[in-house]
Amino acid sequence: MSRSIIVNLLRFILVIFIQVCLLKNINVYSLTTPYIYILFILLLPFETPNILLFPLAFVTGLIIDSFYDTPGLHAAACVLLAFVRILFISITVQKDGFDNEPEPTLSIMGFRWFFTYSLTLTLFHHFFLFNLEAFSISQFQYTLSRFLLSSVFTVFLILISGLLFFRRKERK
Amino acid sequence: MRNLGIFIRKYSAFFLFLIFEVFSLVIYVKYNSFQKATFINSANQVTGAWYTRTNDFYTYLSLKETNDSLARENVRLRNQLKSSFYVDTVDKHKVKDTVYKQQYEYLVAKVINNSTNNSNNYLTINIGSKQGIAKGMGVICSQGIVGKVVYVSDHFSVVQSLLHKDSQFSAMLATNKEIGYVEWGDDMDPHKGVMKDVSNNALPKLGEWVVTSGYSLFPEGIPIGKVSNLRTRTGGYSLNMEITFAVDFGKLQFVDVVNNKFANEQADLEAQRKKNE
Repeated sequence: MSRSIIVNLLRFILVIFIQVCLLKNINVYSLTTPYIYILFILLLPFETPNILLFPLAFVTGLIIDSFYDTPGLHAAACVLLAFVRILFISITVQKDGFDNEPEPTLSIMGFRWFFTYSLTLTLFHHFFLFNLEAFSISQFQYTLSRFLLSSVFTVFLILISGLLFFRRKERK
Repeated sequence: MRNLGIFIRKYSAFFLFLIFEVFSLVIYVKYNSFQKATFINSANQVTGAWYTRTNDFYTYLSLKETNDSLARENVRLRNQLKSSFYVDTVDKHKVKDTVYKQQYEYLVAKVINNSTNNSNNYLTINIGSKQGIAKGMGVICSQGIVGKVVYVSDHFSVVQSLLHKDSQFSAMLATNKEIGYVEWGDDMDPHKGVMKDVSNNALPKLGEWVVTSGYSLFPEGIPIGKVSNLRTRTGGYSLNMEITFAVDFGKLQFVDVVNNKFANEQADLEAQRKKNE
């Protein structure tokens, strides 16, 4: 349990660091902006209680907001992400099938599940984020292209990070 | 009541979602309508300090480019500087007086090259023949005489300073009008000169002003220096005395070129006399 907390705390710091220092500067033709920080929320353990999950998502979003100068924007998207995550997990995973504090990582859950999981959640998060940011339907095409390209980029990065920390022995 | 508890617990995710979503949307809408009045932005101390630090780092990385651009900008600005332009128009201050016919005209010039520590010192000024400078004109400044023009180009002139072995200017003592001439001293001190060939009955006093006589390029009465030491070493028909120059030649900035309008007429006349002799 304490190991899980430390691992998640480290991941939290690392992910925000990468997002703020590295990815904030990446902006390909002002279309794709990867938001890798959602990885923290994606990789929280399955057994994180809802009462903890939502504040964590909210705080993560707020911290990112404080760096992006968009108060509430990422927080709202992250809270939606947490909700979608709960729905997705409740649909696809049987909770009593695990023994010791499992996490929804690539090495534990397998590529197909993890890909679907990250893709779905990223799409929800990014769609909500970009539309809330634009806050108008007039530029919908532009917003849509931003959303799609950024989603591809983010999922790509998430999968790379999953492969980077792939541990074969954990695989069931 | 118990059923309500069960209901809330069963759909806790949804209710929590609603609470946090509404909260963050309220923040979003509120703070984006009052963009500035926010504490969750980079004006925030923590993120501000963080950005300052990373920015320090980034600026360090781009130091070379910054240097280059600054150097370029320096050059660009220097080209716009007043001093890099050649001033085309020259101030001529004339006195309009119908009683007097103007004899001396002054042209303001800036000293752009100067020396005091050679045995023959010259200075260059930024006006030339286009502005009406001719060879042989006198040069003065606000403190006293400086020298005479020896070389002229279109836009520049070279002035042979008083600190020159060949410079000799007609001078007189200010009080009793005794004539002599002034030249630079032998010991090459840029502040000291010698006044020579003053008649024996002049009775000069220490601290007396030595001024131009009006027999040379300059108007009468322009200061040259003060008598600082009386030497009667030669002991003949004339007196020699040491004078301290009024002009600090090392600090010359602006000088006036004296245009004696009757100089040619005078020279022609004197040349006739020489021819006849």
